[in-house]
Amino acid sequence: MEIFTGLLKAFVVGGLLCVIAQILIDKTKLTPARILVTYVVAGVALTGLGVYQPLVDFAGAGATVPLTGFGYTLAKGVEKAVTETGLLGAITGGLTATAAGITAAMTFGFIASVVFPSRPK
Amino acid sequence: MNRSNAEYKKYADSHAKPSPIVANCIKAFFIGGIICTLGQLLFLVYSGLGMAENNARALVSVSLIFLAVLLTGLDLFDNIAKVGGAGTLVPITGFANAVVSPAIDTKAEGWILGVGAKLFTIAGPVILYGTLASVIYGVVYYIVTLVMGMI
Amino acid sequence: MGKKTLRFENAPVIFSSASVVGKKEKEGPLSDYFDMHDPSDKFGLKTFEQAESEMQRTALNLALSKAKARPEDIEAVFAGDLMNQCTGSSYGLASFGIPYFGLYGACSTAAEGLMLSAMTVDRGVFLTAAAVSSSHNSSAERQFRFPLEYGSQRPPTAQWTATAAAAFLIGRKEDGRKGCAAITEALPGRIVDKGITDANNMGAAMAPAAADTLLRYFIDEGHLPSDFDLIVTGDLGHEGHSICKELLSSEGLELGDIFSDCGIMLYDAKKQDTHSGGSGCGCSASVTAGYIMKGFADGKFKNVLLIGTGALMSPSSVQQGLSIAGIGHLVHLTSVS
Repeated sequence: MEIFTGLLKAFVVGGLLCVIAQILIDKTKLTPARILVTYVVAGVALTGLGVYQPLVDFAGAGATVPLTGFGYTLAKGVEKAVTETGLLGAITGGLTATAAGITAAMTFGFIASVVFPSRPK
Repeated sequence: MNRSNAEYKKYADSHAKPSPIVANCIKAFFIGGIICTLGQLLFLVYSGLGMAENNARALVSVSLIFLAVLLTGLDLFDNIAKVGGAGTLVPITGFANAVVSPAIDTKAEGWILGVGAKLFTIAGPVILYGTLASVIYGVVYYIVTLVMGMI
Repeated sequence: MGKKTLRFENAPVIFSSASVVGKKEKEGPLSDYFDMHDPSDKFGLKTFEQAESEMQRTALNLALSKAKARPEDIEAVFAGDLMNQCTGSSYGLASFGIPYFGLYGACSTAAEGLMLSAMTVDRGVFLTAAAVSSSHNSSAERQFRFPLEYGSQRPPTAQWTATAAAAFLIGRKEDGRKGCAAITEALPGRIVDKGITDANNMGAAMAPAAADTLLRYFIDEGHLPSDFDLIVTGDLGHEGHSICKELLSSEGLELGDIFSDCGIMLYDAKKQDTHSGGSGCGCSASVTAGYIMKGFADGKFKNVLLIGTGALMSPSSVQQGLSIAGIGHLVHLTSVS
């Protein structure tokens, strides 16, 4: 039961974060790239303000999988690194924490470009 | 025809058939929700295998990125995104698609200035401004903890 | 000054034409009118850019062979496409050895090429000329929008760049025969910028330019819409065409049922997910070379007005937030009796 409510929370919160972006796209003509940038920066800001951690505790992947979660990971990484190494942590913390995602995207992306052909639409 | 540019723009905007926003939102909600649920499911599996929370979350990202890259390469992702809209864009899958789609496209322009450079066409700004925001936050966090420590 | 329609006393004729299209265009309502297509959209080549050049080469070859003409018989070619620096045309047409003029008129390129061919042949500058143009959905998407596999939603007003090319051979009256179309008039377009900045609504950006040319032709010069079997813009799409109609109505010009658009005709909007309709240099070119020329050959058309409409923007101008100017070039085609 606990697992089920966890999944349901992830579904609803994740879905709602997507709906906000959909409204922004359809109403403001913001390009997808701008939406992604906005979400990541918003994730950093909301985590800094202490708002995002409760959402992660509540919804799990529903809050970490959307790109605001990428911002959350960046911010958490910086917090940890600053605590451990001082001001230098502000430089090292973000990319250290998000290294898995960025490296995976680059690596898989490169392999895909080798393997898959470019197709017409 | 004698309308001013501002008047014409207003007219054209009101003339344009609007995007079906309610239908789009419903689709975005379900598809985005399903992707996040899959993420939660994977998280439970990885945690169940004894991984620490941070590592499990990182592996969830890696898994979803792999899936999005695979679907992009198989020419399926854009068809899902056409329906899902922000539902596929906002989860980490949208980031992965933004990395891989220009990479596949630009092979013809070579491995360095084609694939190598264009891989970051859309993802580059995300990494840049995300990192920048985290550095600013790190400095603020450092100052705040310093001040708090002195009190 | 510069407002008058050019009348071609010597009535140069389009003595041959050919069209080459991609998969989606072949699946559309005009399927039977095209000479050739490739279901892979690649025409046997490695890249979409090279495929686009190959389409131009094939279209001109087909037009030449239909007329049993050789490249040496053609004294000049006016050609254009959507790619940077018109490379689709220059690579595609290099091997013919025909003196070459590169054009950029976006979707209006076919009409612009026909107009320049007619002007030069009419005045005896050249005995024969060719007008060639092309667009390729995949090369245009890459240049103007997103990578092909990028997942995004297109708004309802967005147009679909056609994968199509066409070639027309224009000669003196003596080269024509019954069933050919002669170019009897042309009205060059003016650049009209009404401040539209949305590249996903090119129809709205081009509609005022099309309306400007049509109003000059019909209202200022007093021509009668009833003299025509078809008045066709190319390519405003559903959105732009409907705006153009409203703009004309507000000035008291009603063109009625004979007023259509190549971008609307090329695809089945409901089944083919092309939103506002087709666009690109190849769209009006292939519809004209395929559908309209067939109409003349069958005796269905006696007088057709083609208004080639182009959105004059570049990826940089759009990113810099500049507004998108439009142009509408008018060509009057008359059947040869």
